[in-house]
Amino acid sequence: MILLRLALRSLISRRVTVGLTVLAIALSTALFLGVEKVRTGARASFADTISDTDLILGARTGGVQLLLYSVFRIGNATNNVTWESFEDLASRPEVDWAVPISLGDSHRGFRVMGTTTDYFDRYKYRGGRALSFAEGGRPADLFDAAVGADVARELGYRLGQEIVVAHGLASFTDHDDKPFRVSGILEKTGTPVDRTVIVSLEAIEAIHADWQGGGRSGTPISAAQVRELDLSPRAITAAMIGTSSPLQVFKLQRAINEYPEEPLMAVIPGVALQELWEIVGVAETALLGVSAMVVATALLGMTAMIFSGLNERRREMAIFRAVGARPRTILGMLTLEAALMATAGAALGVILLYTGLWIARPHVDAAFGLYLPIAPLTGRETAGLIAVVIGGTLVGTIPAIRAYRISLADGMTVRS
Amino acid sequence: MTKTGDPVDTAIDLRDLRFAWGGRRPFSLAVERFELRRGEAVFLQGESGGGKTTLLSLICGINRPAAGHVRVDGTDLGALRGGARDRFRAERIGVIFQMFNLLPYASPLDNILLPLHFAPERRARCGAPREAALHLTDTLGLPRELIEHGTAADLSVGQQQRVAVARALIGQPPLIVADEPTSALDAGAQAAFVDLLFDQVRAAGASLLMVSHDDRLSGHFDRAVRLEEIATVTRSEAA
Repeated sequence: MILLRLALRSLISRRVTVGLTVLAIALSTALFLGVEKVRTGARASFADTISDTDLILGARTGGVQLLLYSVFRIGNATNNVTWESFEDLASRPEVDWAVPISLGDSHRGFRVMGTTTDYFDRYKYRGGRALSFAEGGRPADLFDAAVGADVARELGYRLGQEIVVAHGLASFTDHDDKPFRVSGILEKTGTPVDRTVIVSLEAIEAIHADWQGGGRSGTPISAAQVRELDLSPRAITAAMIGTSSPLQVFKLQRAINEYPEEPLMAVIPGVALQELWEIVGVAETALLGVSAMVVATALLGMTAMIFSGLNERRREMAIFRAVGARPRTILGMLTLEAALMATAGAALGVILLYTGLWIARPHVDAAFGLYLPIAPLTGRETAGLIAVVIGGTLVGTIPAIRAYRISLADGMTVRS
Repeated sequence: MTKTGDPVDTAIDLRDLRFAWGGRRPFSLAVERFELRRGEAVFLQGESGGGKTTLLSLICGINRPAAGHVRVDGTDLGALRGGARDRFRAERIGVIFQMFNLLPYASPLDNILLPLHFAPERRARCGAPREAALHLTDTLGLPRELIEHGTAADLSVGQQQRVAVARALIGQPPLIVADEPTSALDAGAQAAFVDLLFDQVRAAGASLLMVSHDDRLSGHFDRAVRLEEIATVTRSEAA
């Protein structure tokens, strides 16, 4: 015990250099674990975003791209699906249900999505949870809108409030002649739905009734007049499809992919996600590699610090030798010192990680729609943490061996 | 000046000792015969850099002679392996250095208790080590508050030397070796320190070997020996 106490006291007596070294280890450990947490958090968050949907239908494009724009509202569709094709495919016997979605407009930075009321029944997240309303309910009138939890919170929306949809995603043109009314505010889901304004497909048609080729036509149609028009959708962006049996998924997918009337495609969400992970896997590995190098650099910094202090500590080693310590004890004490610093660094790193996660979570959620779970360390993360401590102890033996040699040569005196 | 005696009665017995340092500044030391009887206090005087500390390293078993015998408290150190020599030193020898004797970051109490960690028999002899250490520091006139809760760096030079004496004496090792313990003290404090050391060593029934370049203190001892009387030191500059 006295050796542990003395090792601690020795470290405390050099608190500035030791503190900085421990901080360097802590920051690098937090970075390393943070990368891992974001990686697993992103995967979990993405995987949680859609469940119980067998296929996603869209215009022919990349599978990953279709998944990203339809489910995650990342990027844009290159083409639409005609309403006729959708209806034709939705009536196939393999299809149990199909929910069309139409994207393209925005509201103060949030995506506006046109869909049917089935969306509220069929969209499932985090292992089959359904959407529910914190206040109000589904859009009932043509110009009703249901808003996601983040939309309501960030913009301070209440039920009945009027909102205006902007044309496109980054435009200065508003559909201000046809304002919507907030009919419901959804409960927080931790998915892109939180950042979406949901209206009916007919409403999307209605606000574009007097638009042609991306601009307003000469004859404006008022909100009252538009109600009289046929607002059947002409095109949609994508559709979520549930099959009547899991065995039908591949058959239906093939039928959609080979659909003769229009170039379409269908992706299985899980498969597309897997494809996505394969693409980002290289970047993830590179990021993990870089953060591991940062940890290694911090540990080498610790070794350099111990090395540089050895000469000043020869007297200390001589005292230990004089009172009966074996050179091996000196070796052990310096290794223990490195192990203590690495452990303190790793422990502080964990504290920094969780503090950082706690602070960054709302910002990451707002900026990327990525809800990072604050969960205990996983087995892999714990193994990484243990590797930091073991790595620190191992590199600590390098100066310890040097100290061992010095103490053998010096004995009770300090030889210059 | 040396007296011969029964090896069992000697605290230190050196015979036909040969030792050499290699390297850039080769140095060799030879001692034909030197004895220090149990309970005796011997003053060994020699010039700085004259080989005194090397001789102490041989007596303490830190270095091994190339030839000859080092017998301490009846044990031939040459017969012991490295680890056993370290253990022997911890059990049987209390060492006092000149300056910077203590671990500055540790409490004086921890400094005093440190040798006991390496010497279980000496620890057992103490009974309650902490009480024994505090009893020693009380006797040496050191305030308890400082000993228990301060750090060695908080002590004056004189206090540090007294803590070093307590560390050497705890657990009553039969031999105390002091290497220039008074060099950091002024003349008045030197005599007081030697008197204090004597009182403690006598009370513990230990033998004392003190080396110094300054022979003003030699009168306090049973015997004073000059290094050149017992040892031959050769230095040669490497080519």
